[in-house]
Amino acid sequence: MLTRTLARLSWVDLILRVFQIIAAIVIVIGIVNVFRSNTYTSNQWATLVFAGLAQGSIYALIALGYTLVYGILLMINFAHGEVYMAGAFSTVFLAGYFSNTGFLQSSPILAIIIMIIFAAAVSTAIALLLERIAYRPLRNAPRLIPLITAIGASFTLQYTFRGLYGAEFKSYPQVPALSGTVNVIGFDVPLVQLVVFFAAVGLMIALYLYVERTKSGKAMRAVSEDKDVARLMGIDIDRVIVTTFALGGALAGAAGVFNGLFRPQGVFFFMGFFPGIKAFTAAVLGGIGNIPGAMIGGLMLGLIESLGPNSIVEGLGIPSANQLKDAIAFSVLVLILIYRPQGIFGERLAEKKA
Amino acid sequence: MAMLEVNDIHTYYGNIHALKGISITVEEGEIVTLIGANGAGKTTTLRTISGLLKPRQGNVTLWGEDIVQYAAHEVVFQGVAMVPEGRGVFAKLSVKENLEMGAYSRKAGSGIRQDMDRMFALFPRLEERIGQLAGTLSGGEQQMVATARALMARPKLLLMDEPSMGLAPILVDGIFDTIKEINQEGTTVLLVEQNALMALSIANRGYVLQTGEVVISDSAENLKVNETVQKAYLGID
Repeated sequence: MLTRTLARLSWVDLILRVFQIIAAIVIVIGIVNVFRSNTYTSNQWATLVFAGLAQGSIYALIALGYTLVYGILLMINFAHGEVYMAGAFSTVFLAGYFSNTGFLQSSPILAIIIMIIFAAAVSTAIALLLERIAYRPLRNAPRLIPLITAIGASFTLQYTFRGLYGAEFKSYPQVPALSGTVNVIGFDVPLVQLVVFFAAVGLMIALYLYVERTKSGKAMRAVSEDKDVARLMGIDIDRVIVTTFALGGALAGAAGVFNGLFRPQGVFFFMGFFPGIKAFTAAVLGGIGNIPGAMIGGLMLGLIESLGPNSIVEGLGIPSANQLKDAIAFSVLVLILIYRPQGIFGERLAEKKA
Repeated sequence: MAMLEVNDIHTYYGNIHALKGISITVEEGEIVTLIGANGAGKTTTLRTISGLLKPRQGNVTLWGEDIVQYAAHEVVFQGVAMVPEGRGVFAKLSVKENLEMGAYSRKAGSGIRQDMDRMFALFPRLEERIGQLAGTLSGGEQQMVATARALMARPKLLLMDEPSMGLAPILVDGIFDTIKEINQEGTTVLLVEQNALMALSIANRGYVLQTGEVVISDSAENLKVNETVQKAYLGID
């Protein structure tokens, strides 16, 4: 029995297994060192947790766009980061206008809701254009081709925005109403983080209810299982695909505004790239194609990114650990792809390819 | 005018000429069966009628109206529903959601609830499993889901592709009884079957297909005693 198992184990498996064990040991050593040295107070840890949750909920919203489209078309829409950028970038001007006229100060809730709707509308429009122009003509092409098209579309969008609005950084105005802190179970948490987190979770719940309860949500799930049988039921596949892109776009646009509230700086034409890839990581982490998976994956990635530098990397004696956030996020992507490509909640990919 | 008329259709898979001029008619209220070996074109014929495949030549008319012009998702609005080969239940949808999808082409409130109750009367087992994911059901239960789902569209014409495939013989009898019952309630049935004997025992008429062509067309009684049919499809020498 044991010898048979050993015989089946290739040297690649062996190396991967050894690497996995080493990685686990390194992570444990890092964590133990940090906690033994008591570098941070519980208040500081709480700050990291809440910042991580807020950031993670933004990742989750973007990740849903990847996962929804993958669920229906088995295609990764790598231009989705730009869909997010389009919403976030366009709304910077509206936000500036609201701030200058005093509308943002006098009725912040209404102003922010209008900004979210505007960003969602812009992102949805971009997502629908992408679907119509870049992806629909390639629906029956080999899977690699729309992937390359997505990268091309991504550059097109980036440089269109650069051409229109220039390459310099813009920033969202400060919202005075969101600048305070709130006491949550004894910790001071910036209000903006709580607002972003709960608003994002609210949108996710709304999406979940739409997909689970409504007729068109059920049709969406039916299409993701079997397109031909769905057509026999009278479901218009093209309409479902358009709805899917629209939903993903709207969530990405909302995420753009949340990001602007949470982190006002850094609005420019390339701003969609990293959040895009990280949200893709989150979607893979949760299991691509799985809606709750994208939500949990996003929150987990936000937490890992926020807590990772201080809890693991620093304990290993690596200086300026906070600059390694991105490295940690992408290490997560590599590790999942090697050890658990189906993600936390996903089924085996091969099953869906047929 | 016949309810369904398939006139000389030629359907291709890429370059493979799968149907070489099939013509069949189905009158309202009938059960008509297509029998034949694997690859004879039975499933392809059904898929062409339902709009999933488009013929390069020939037409399909329902009450005289050409339905080849409609996309697959529009054909069901004309009153044609299909139970696909291998059942094709939505595995990750519950039994209830599968039935709701069957009624997708209908407006909300047009008696969908009552029809669902009728399905549960026809298949009491499904009511017990109403909240269960269809993928967790047995093959026989999945066949019930697929049949009930198609009926939820209130079709005038029901296309059934190999309903007995992969089922235990004891269940097969039940399936064919149900088909008869559905037919007596007023639904016309076009049935594709490998199990020719069973199919002919409930059908009014039958067509024998061979490599994409109709080779024999006759009443079910005559087909049962036809020598060629007996040798090739009924296993009688």
